[in-house]
Amino acid sequence: MGMREEIETAAERYPDRRSAIMPALLIAQREYGHLPRPVLEEVAEVLGVERIWVYELATFYTLFHTEPVGMFHLQLCDNVSCILCGSEVLLSHMEAVLGIRNGDTTSDRLFTLSTVECLGACEMAPVMQVGDDYHGNLDIARIDALLDRLRAAAGQGADVHVASAGLSGV
Amino acid sequence: MLPPQDCRECSAVFEPVLLRNVDVPDSHMLSAYEAGGGYRALAHTLRKHTPDEIIELVKKSNLRGRGGAGFPTGMKWSFVPKQAGKPKYLCCNADEGEPGTFKDRIIMERDPHQLIEGMAISGYAIGAQTAYVYIRGEYVLAIRRLEQAIAEAHAKGYLGTHILGSDFNFIVHIHCGAGAYICGEETAMLDSLEGKRAQPRLKPPFPAVEGLYASPTVINNVETLICVPHIVIRGADWFRGIGPEKSPGPKLYCLSGQVRKPGLYELPMGIPLRELVDGHAGGPLPGRKIKAIIPGGVSAPVIPESGFDVGMDFDSLAAAGSMLGSAGVIVIDDTTCMVKVATRIVEFFHHESCGKCTPCREGLNWVVKVLRRVEAGQGEPGDVAQLQALCKGIFGNTFCALGDGAAMGLRAALEHFEHEFAAHIEEQRCSFH
Ligand SMILES: Cc1cc2nc3c(=O)[nH]c(=O)nc-3n(C[C@H](O)[C@H](O)[C@H](O)COP(=O)(O)O)c2cc1C
Ligand code: SF4
Ligand code: FES
Repeated sequence: MGMREEIETAAERYPDRRSAIMPALLIAQREYGHLPRPVLEEVAEVLGVERIWVYELATFYTLFHTEPVGMFHLQLCDNVSCILCGSEVLLSHMEAVLGIRNGDTTSDRLFTLSTVECLGACEMAPVMQVGDDYHGNLDIARIDALLDRLRAAAGQGADVHVASAGLSGV
Repeated sequence: MLPPQDCRECSAVFEPVLLRNVDVPDSHMLSAYEAGGGYRALAHTLRKHTPDEIIELVKKSNLRGRGGAGFPTGMKWSFVPKQAGKPKYLCCNADEGEPGTFKDRIIMERDPHQLIEGMAISGYAIGAQTAYVYIRGEYVLAIRRLEQAIAEAHAKGYLGTHILGSDFNFIVHIHCGAGAYICGEETAMLDSLEGKRAQPRLKPPFPAVEGLYASPTVINNVETLICVPHIVIRGADWFRGIGPEKSPGPKLYCLSGQVRKPGLYELPMGIPLRELVDGHAGGPLPGRKIKAIIPGGVSAPVIPESGFDVGMDFDSLAAAGSMLGSAGVIVIDDTTCMVKVATRIVEFFHHESCGKCTPCREGLNWVVKVLRRVEAGQGEPGDVAQLQALCKGIFGNTFCALGDGAAMGLRAALEHFEHEFAAHIEEQRCSFH
């Protein structure tokens, strides 16, 4: 299904097309990786809604990225349960091995590192989300192994989604 | 992961029902759910009960909402006007943003049909033909599993038109959140569903009268909804007989933090906190001592060791100055600095504040500044008093419960662990690292 069709299908779920802005932004972000202005305008046009409504949502919700992110977005939880289980050490470790600070992207555009609020998987703290997958019960050795696998997957030119699927710690 | 089955507190053996299916092979598939008796409650409901009878049954069971506030579910349903001339909606709150909470995720990943059956019966009771499940966008596996389950249920006639040969029509849609804790607040969720920035609405009008698209809407948490099929099958008396009569039922507890066996446990409502943590979750890590527990997600005020005998139910925890909230039980041991925990919690609320009202937006900004200073060993002598004054200014003056939760939590940390705050200020450092 093309993006426009997918957005149309999503819009059928609601009596009001404005409700479909969030699903449409998720669809567009999957398609383009992030949401620059022309993409937002396209979403507004497909749905036939005010542009300002679309801009507003794209900037309000943290899962929407108006700026590009790396091929793998490392989202490490730094809420209470994860901190209690050592996530701060993992953050410093990743900052050191990737040579970037929290919030930044590596110069090869492979990794973006961010801390995020509770991922709702505290039973396997410390937890990190990469793409669609959760990786739990992390320690430094597991982080290193994960980064190696992600680099290898990227090296093989694998599709990002397929590359990270199946690596889940769930 | 599954809890040991005998609860020392009840004389009888407690039989888990909500987690009954989660560990069977292919538990997320319709075949596994049906094999365990799934959709019998829906069939029974449509054959034998009027919608009003289901509302009465749920009222009689004393089921209270599991999303945090503990509002009586049957009563909420009865506020929906019978003749509205407008469609009615059921919204399932699966936003699960409260730090320390993961029960709804596990239910949707491992037993999505239980939720669909709960929604169908609840929708029938309130006269809704459409339901939206608002799931946080990070829960990719849960979203996928629930989508598959909805498709399977349609194919088998458990959803759609003329369900199981009756006159009842009901469909379930998924709406993905995009990373904003405030969307868990029910009226902000409605705005988000309508395609607006999520901010809480003024009440009244209450959603049951004027909710989604200004139509009557019931919002219930995932765990609330999955209790319903069991009440239909086993009866209101069975449900009311588990735990305290005014706050009864089987309950999901999310154990995390510095404890030996973190995980999801199903046990009776009202089980003593100490028994939950020491008896079921294995107690402290080797060589450590538990000094504090947050019993209901980070919005719930922390409980010091002297309070660990409290019963885990809405009324007992409220009487003890805390709350059951989402039953996210976060265990903190003697190697952890409480100033740091308190700082991280207020930072979370500050980050998630929607900005609609000043006490929350500005007040929390100020609180975070002072807390960071104290934590970094640069606190000033009047800082504890200033934090107390700030809490006083926030509590009771915010538009929604987010701001109140932040103030209540900090107040409890200041009260029970004042010595740790004082030591930071006096020694100009943290003695934990
Ligand atoms: C800031 C805030 C966040 C909330 N987050 C959630 C949540 O993630 N999930 C939930 O079920 N309820 C949440 N609630 C409670 C809901 O507003 C509402 O009371 C609940 O969904 C009603 O369902 P119940 O009666 O079945 O508990 C939140 C409330 C507030 C004030
Ligand atoms: S208390 Fe905070 S989250 Fe709630 S309405 Fe006010 S600013 Fe928004
Ligand atoms: S605190 Fe990290 S997943 Fe909940």
